[in-house]
Amino acid sequence: MTFRFVLGATLAMAIVTTAVMAQSDPIAARKALMKGNDEGARVAIGMMRGRIPFDRAKIDAAFGQWADTAAKLPALFPDNSKTGGETHASPKIWQAKADFDAKAAAFGKTVADTRAQGAASVEGLKAAIPVLGKACDNCHADYRLPMK
Amino acid sequence: MSPRLRNLVIALVAAAVLGAAGLWVLSAPATIAPEALAPRTADLANGKTMFLAGGCSSCHAVPKQEDHTRLGGGLGLVSPFGTFYVPNISSDPKDGIGSWNETQFVIAMIKGTSPDGQHLFPAFPYTSYQRMDRNDVRDLFAYLRTLPAVAGRVRDHDVPFPFNVRRAVGLWKLLFLDGKSFRPDAVQSAQWNRGAYLVNGPGHCAECHSPRNFLGAIVESKRFAGGRSPDGQGGVPNITQFKLKEWSLEDIQETLDTGMTADADRVGGAMIEVVANTSQLSEQDRAAMAVYIKSLAPVEGRAK
Repeated sequence: MTFRFVLGATLAMAIVTTAVMAQSDPIAARKALMKGNDEGARVAIGMMRGRIPFDRAKIDAAFGQWADTAAKLPALFPDNSKTGGETHASPKIWQAKADFDAKAAAFGKTVADTRAQGAASVEGLKAAIPVLGKACDNCHADYRLPMK
Repeated sequence: MSPRLRNLVIALVAAAVLGAAGLWVLSAPATIAPEALAPRTADLANGKTMFLAGGCSSCHAVPKQEDHTRLGGGLGLVSPFGTFYVPNISSDPKDGIGSWNETQFVIAMIKGTSPDGQHLFPAFPYTSYQRMDRNDVRDLFAYLRTLPAVAGRVRDHDVPFPFNVRRAVGLWKLLFLDGKSFRPDAVQSAQWNRGAYLVNGPGHCAECHSPRNFLGAIVESKRFAGGRSPDGQGGVPNITQFKLKEWSLEDIQETLDTGMTADADRVGGAMIEVVANTSQLSEQDRAAMAVYIKSLAPVEGRAK
């Protein structure tokens, strides 16, 4: 079916584009992921506060974005991406890559653990947001340099 | 030696001795009399609020462990004067402050004087804590006593001469410790005043969010216009309206609650620990702090 073909091709393109970007410019790729995370946080907290109507699909997409980040992050810190592009990545990442990867995995686990609850209702979100925020900070505290 | 010259020398020596004696007297560590504190029953819930607003655990909790009530200290605070190692303020009677009485604690918080009569270094922000209500300090003391005892004395400060001369801190205090408690502004709302109290007193926000002069004191004209991180890494943002003009009251409150900034990023550095505490304050207290912070007139300082 044409529609299916177009959809499949678009998805494939998106995956290929991300992969190419990740390889050619890992700093830009991880920045794009973090930017997407911020957008997800804006939606999630907006819904939690009642500024944005609760929308199951949209909040689930935000969880999807965070899960995607956790999965992709460890591969986005090759040795040639320590500096440049105004990165705030701490040099500690490369000194303790195993711990960094473990923290990314822990973030992914928190996202998976809170997803069903968080995407179910505003009340669920209220419970999930502080846990998720802590999971973000768990990595930032050690591995993200302060903003200039 | 002619009689005139001899008189001059005597006069100069006398002046020097008197001057030194005067400085010695002026630099004496201040205390308060135990009878200044009338008997009262402590409010532990309020003590916990002060503990959270003050962020005691951010510096005093044993680093790199989850439990923020284990106040064994040990964190190194890097400064241009050397590295200060945060003391153990757990209820341990030997290594912590378990053997202190209430008056000694109030004196440390308000006057910056230790129970053995020494000046505490102003890395401990008594310049802010002096603004606190004495009952709030007493409640905090009662609350701290309920937290676990943690054994282990923290190593000495790594502060070289002349900054390690405790008595010199007395002269510093003459210049920078005004001894005034918080005075509400009658023109402002009760909410604003609560916020001003929490921010300037227990919260000691200005201690990091302001630049410091060559003596390590806050530059008052640049209060809240941004400073340096206590861990020596990077800057701390300007939180006056110079920088937070685009931030709504709700944005500021959200930051203190969930750690999300107005542009949906997350707070970084030492502020992560601050939010771990402010997120546990009441909604009303966070709102009050936001109202006060939003009212800070723009002061140009570090852009970020």
